[in-house]
Amino acid sequence: MKDIVEIRWHGRGGQGAKTASLLLADAAFNTGKYVQGFPEYGPERMGAPITAYNRISSERITVHSNIYEPDYVVVVDETLLSAVNVTAGLKKGGAIVINSHKTPEEVRPLLKGYEGKVCTIDAGKISEEELGKNFPNTPMLAAIVKVSGVVEEQEFIKDMEGSFQHKFASKPQMIDGNMRALKRSMKEVQIG
Amino acid sequence: MGIRERLSGNEAVAYAMKQINPDVMGAYPITPSTEIPQYFSAYVDNGEVDTEFIAVESEHSAMSTCIGAQAAGARAISATSSCGLCYMTEMLYVAASDRLPITLAVSCRALSGPININNDHSDAMGVRDTGWLMLFAENNQEAYDNYLQAMRIGEAVSLPIMICQDGFITSHAIENIELVETEKVKEFVGKYEPQHFLLKKDEPMSVGAYATSVYYMEAKRQQAQAMIDAKEVIKKVGAEFGKITGRTYGLIETYEMEDAEEAILIIGSSAGTAKEAIQELRAQNKKVGLIKIRSFRPFPSEEIAEALKHVKAFAAMDKDDSFNAHCGPIYAETCAALYAAGIHEPKGINYIYGLGGRDVRVESIQHVFAELEKIVQTGDTGETYRYLEVRE
Amino acid sequence: MSQLAKDMTPSITWKEMTMGCNIYEGGTSEMVETGDWRTNKPVLDWDKCKQCLLCAPVCPDLSIPVGKDGKREDFNYFFCKGCGICANVCPFGAITMVKDEK
Repeated sequence: MKDIVEIRWHGRGGQGAKTASLLLADAAFNTGKYVQGFPEYGPERMGAPITAYNRISSERITVHSNIYEPDYVVVVDETLLSAVNVTAGLKKGGAIVINSHKTPEEVRPLLKGYEGKVCTIDAGKISEEELGKNFPNTPMLAAIVKVSGVVEEQEFIKDMEGSFQHKFASKPQMIDGNMRALKRSMKEVQIG
Repeated sequence: MGIRERLSGNEAVAYAMKQINPDVMGAYPITPSTEIPQYFSAYVDNGEVDTEFIAVESEHSAMSTCIGAQAAGARAISATSSCGLCYMTEMLYVAASDRLPITLAVSCRALSGPININNDHSDAMGVRDTGWLMLFAENNQEAYDNYLQAMRIGEAVSLPIMICQDGFITSHAIENIELVETEKVKEFVGKYEPQHFLLKKDEPMSVGAYATSVYYMEAKRQQAQAMIDAKEVIKKVGAEFGKITGRTYGLIETYEMEDAEEAILIIGSSAGTAKEAIQELRAQNKKVGLIKIRSFRPFPSEEIAEALKHVKAFAAMDKDDSFNAHCGPIYAETCAALYAAGIHEPKGINYIYGLGGRDVRVESIQHVFAELEKIVQTGDTGETYRYLEVRE
Repeated sequence: MSQLAKDMTPSITWKEMTMGCNIYEGGTSEMVETGDWRTNKPVLDWDKCKQCLLCAPVCPDLSIPVGKDGKREDFNYFFCKGCGICANVCPFGAITMVKDEK
């Protein structure tokens, strides 16, 4: 498989890292890709570190294993940096996207010498300001799309608008909030 | 052309159930198959199917419900995993010997202990002698396709059928899938029209007879024949399915076997990982191939013997252990198949792998091929009963 | 393939048997002569019988028929296994168990 992008998500049980990985799979699927989105299951506990994965390719994917050498890593909860070796196997040419109010330079020393791109996005703040609640999913998803280019940006925005309209048909105020969060995240993600 | 979608394996099976719209579902939740009755009960609640959904208090009751319903003349379904399947076991025998073509979706999971919720095939392999037909899927597409073919196969030979997929690995993974239009599904699956059934007004009948030693063995011989006959039926239904979808199925799938000198036999999701491993090895000019067993019951002994007859070495991969100090079931049955066919040349080893969700990587499969290569070069088979990637 | 109980004989082959040994007719127990399991048989002394009918409902094999006139009739020896319950409940000693000579 030459043309394949592999992404690993780190989060805590209940924060929606699995849902985010499924949303990314959806977005990529909607632009015509072959996708996989799957969590690594254990005895689920609220707050325990969890991992989820994406494979995205323009060819059929047959592998059914976890991802050990991802192109990208997304960290939904900054406090995991000290608990989990989030850059394990991460390709040098790839990037890590972290939910943090810090700059990439401030975060890099925590990453055990990782030499690739380090990106930060204050998904918590964006979510609080645009949705009134801490739902870091949407901004994190937007940030990884921006950083990885795994889905074309305009197509992604159009697709997400469609799915928000569907998901929040009875709560239209959520559609605009989510769309603002999405666009802000794509603008505000710091790539270092 | 089908409908392009992305679904998890459990969603795909529930969707197939919805398209078929069976008469009765008796089910009890257990990880990782819980989502199947969960999604399906939503279809029932929304009026998208007119199935009678019977929430029972155990898997034993779930299968008993199916037995009663199917004997009455209904199409009955259930779904389960792991110890739920164990708890059903007594009734699995009843379903098969009463010749009731019930359809059971299994999202395979390890058994205790230690307690574990992840995938292996211990549950399905533990009930391999209950008389059920058993098809295994590599991915969500095959879980869906196998489910659509299940009733045609089971009803043709009057045997119940298990549609197995790997718990979590495919049951909870979203992947692309091509769905078949519902009208085509309905036409393909057809109506269930048994000749005899309990609710037939003008013909009283008994089900579940007591048979003395004078009759019991004849009843079993007849049941054995149904399993033998199922081989042709599975091939026929798989070919017919191919005509409407472009996806043709047989008892086994061979991959890069034409000139293969080393081969592995495998069931389930790791077959896909093995294909990737084989592509990489073929790029290095290694003559390696794969036999994926789709139908474990009936066991495709002739087909496997034929596919293996020219290889120099093979590894049978068992995702459970028989704890017989000897080998797992796929190895045992493969060796029996070769012996029966008079083929003694290939050297064979057995790997117990992937227990309790131990991840099976491309590298894992390549390690097996490296071991096979060593056997071919040295002529020494060595230990045949091996554990893959266990810490020593 | 036979569908009826009468054809399910000990010489039937596996190809001829019904699936799951199902029987496609009702009330087939009427065909089974349980009377030949008997070693002792009940005999009724019509003079002592007061037609109290305590015997008929306790018979496990429904072998004491009661007529439309509400009176019991003689034993049905096709089904009677000779268990002796009727003789035991009879308050008048009207039923005697004797060795069954066949």
